[in-house]
Amino acid sequence: MKVMLVDDSKTMRTIQRNILMQLGYKEIEEACDGQDALSKVAGFGPELLLVDWNMPNMDGITFVKTYRAQGGKSPIVMVTTEAEKTRVVEAIKAGVNNYVVKPFTPDSLSQRINETLSRTKAA
Amino acid sequence: MDAQQITSFVVSTHQVFSTMLSLAVTAGKPYTCCVVPKFENEVSGIIGMSGDMQGMVVLSFPTSTAKNVIRAFTGMDMEPSSPDFADAVGELVNMISGAAKAKFEGKNVSISCPSVVIGKGHKVQQPSDAVCITIPFECPAGAFSVEVAIKSAKSAANPANSNQHGAAAKAA
Repeated sequence: MKVMLVDDSKTMRTIQRNILMQLGYKEIEEACDGQDALSKVAGFGPELLLVDWNMPNMDGITFVKTYRAQGGKSPIVMVTTEAEKTRVVEAIKAGVNNYVVKPFTPDSLSQRINETLSRTKAA
Repeated sequence: MDAQQITSFVVSTHQVFSTMLSLAVTAGKPYTCCVVPKFENEVSGIIGMSGDMQGMVVLSFPTSTAKNVIRAFTGMDMEPSSPDFADAVGELVNMISGAAKAKFEGKNVSISCPSVVIGKGHKVQQPSDAVCITIPFECPAGAFSVEVAIKSAKSAANPANSNQHGAAAKAA
């Protein structure tokens, strides 16, 4: 399965990459902001995206809206420090499938990824 | 800024260090930034806050503590000259600030992308019209601090409150 990590922090991308590799995902692409991600989605064709909210150039919520408007259908998990309920609702409305608040444990991120993929398969 | 908001930063720092670094932290008694700090700031991660609360948050370390903390966070030894070192410090202050603001009930607050300053003896100038509180922490990686200088947007619009805050900051 192809997974795209969208986060301006290389540290956070590396942490998420290590968790994904432990889960058995090998095809991983990284993007450092929403613009970078938009330029890579067509070529890479991600089947799952993990997206941060606060990023320079294009934030995560704008990326999600644009990706969905362009017909992108792959499940998106937002991984962010934005923990307020209003933000979660805003993200879901924009097209996010699941939500992980930083700080997270490897287990909690793994659980949300598996949950998201199970739901998508069932739909 | 009230005691509850300071507590939010104590709790969020504990959450970030225990969850992402497996380090237990102990908070000391907060003090105003006019008190001489217990260590020289050598590495600082800075986040701006805007919206209903405005100001900034600074996560500061001596270099030795920062290197230990970053090793616990990333699993790698890094020198402060590495761009990845600054990236990791920025992500820590991002998570601490984000988790703290989520506890500000009824407040709509946004945080900026982080900046990181590295260099011996630097001082981050906090906003002149907000009271600056330093929360000292100890953990197995060493001592560090979280400086918080935020005010409500309402007090920013009220000259009486602004003057009051300005006087406290001037003393600092």
